[in-house]
Amino acid sequence: MVTKEMLGLNIEVNEEGFMLDTSQWTPELAVEIAKAEGIELTDAHWQVINWCRQIAGVLGVSPTLRQITKGAGVSTKELFKLFPKGPAKKVAKIAGLGKPQGCV
Amino acid sequence: MKRILILGGGTAGTIVANKLSQELSPDEWKITVVDQSETHLYQPGLLFIPFGIYSENDVKRPRRDYLPRDVEVVISEIEIIEPDKSQVRIKKDKRTLRYDYLIITTGSRIVPEETPGLTEQEWHKSIFDFYTPAGSTALAKKLRTWEGGRLVLNIAEMPIKCPVAPLEFMFLADWFFHEEGIRDRVDLTLVTPLSGAFTKPRAAERLGDILEQKNIKVVPEFNIMEVDPDANKIISYDEQEVAYDLLVSIPINMGSEVIERSGLGDELAFIPTDKHTLKAQKFDNVFVLGDATNLPSSKAGSVAHFEGDVFIKNFLRYIDGLDLKPTFDGHANCYIESGFGKGFLIDFNYDVEPLPGKFPLPGVGPFSLLQESRMNHWGKVLFRWMYWNILLKGKPMPITAQMSMAGKWM
Repeated sequence: MVTKEMLGLNIEVNEEGFMLDTSQWTPELAVEIAKAEGIELTDAHWQVINWCRQIAGVLGVSPTLRQITKGAGVSTKELFKLFPKGPAKKVAKIAGLGKPQGCV
Repeated sequence: MKRILILGGGTAGTIVANKLSQELSPDEWKITVVDQSETHLYQPGLLFIPFGIYSENDVKRPRRDYLPRDVEVVISEIEIIEPDKSQVRIKKDKRTLRYDYLIITTGSRIVPEETPGLTEQEWHKSIFDFYTPAGSTALAKKLRTWEGGRLVLNIAEMPIKCPVAPLEFMFLADWFFHEEGIRDRVDLTLVTPLSGAFTKPRAAERLGDILEQKNIKVVPEFNIMEVDPDANKIISYDEQEVAYDLLVSIPINMGSEVIERSGLGDELAFIPTDKHTLKAQKFDNVFVLGDATNLPSSKAGSVAHFEGDVFIKNFLRYIDGLDLKPTFDGHANCYIESGFGKGFLIDFNYDVEPLPGKFPLPGVGPFSLLQESRMNHWGKVLFRWMYWNILLKGKPMPITAQMSMAGKWM
């Protein structure tokens, strides 16, 4: 675990930059994290991010690719355009949710 | 007379039926189990069929033999579940079954049709699954005469039933081709949507190099879009390609079709369930156990078993008007075959990742956690006997339902 300074706040993140405490997340932070990933957030991005945060609150884990496409109403192709190279992982990172994991 | 209806007589449903029958008086309660087939499948055994270790007969038993005698067993497909009316309609004789309490244990299934190209002309010819008896026996036949090439194992999407099965398959494949004397002619590649074969820190730290040692390659973060069965390659959404000669697919896993039809599931037809009490989130007289839930636990028989222990205690409180206790912790315990007569064992829950140590007796074992040993392999071999004779029948096992930290190293 490391602490990273973003927008003047001390944010707890893992080695790959995933936030560890989702309650520290703010929309402003999402903009910053996205920038570092080379993504400029638009309304289409926010639709996905907001849905993911909502469902993660229910599930207790980051949603999978299929859950996002079915639930947030975007096609998989579109999702890959919005969040290139592994959208489930990228959305999770920007939305301040945990990294999608297996059991080992 | 009150009625309990159990949908699905697999691992979870059978355990629950046995436990309920042990605890409740048959004069007051009528228990009914509905399942679509007469055969109970020992699903952990499917992994061994491709390598000729088990045959199809080794993993099948008559379902009724494992259900209590005072339980009504109905073999039928289920048409629709209507929780608002506390009833379920089934195909056989167009019956409507009413219930006071419903327990849904309809499991999960592979849906290869969801990935374009998978189930076309090459299905069960150069493309296989091993999550069904048909798939695993077809693959066994193929492997008997296969002369080598690129074997690619692809996980379509998480979550999958038995998340360690892909790793075990690769370890056993390494051993099998070694025994066949053609390991040098086989290229093994695991293609996964996750960030690697291991995603939890302690497991990655202790087991991370085992794939390299066994010369198994990993392609991470690959989200399959389609298979091109003529060009022998799989293609991801971001246009990566992996070529194969033999493709072993773990297709998308979803809940039962009846869950979809009844509008009870999420995007993958898994039922929203309270992760600590196992009660359906939307209904007060419906419980969900085993693979059918949307819990962030593993989809595995051990989880169904621990859920059964927690459920029965809670259910007996509930019918007496007491609150449900939030006692299920996501506990899972899985043997991982690693080939050459050895295996690993992992033990974890919602909050605690797999840690090294000794199990089940702290400091003693006989099993070693997160460490390869011959004893772990024997644990897996003997487990089939335990499954049929102890676990399904709801008899006590020497493992607690809640995960224990005793004997683990931080």
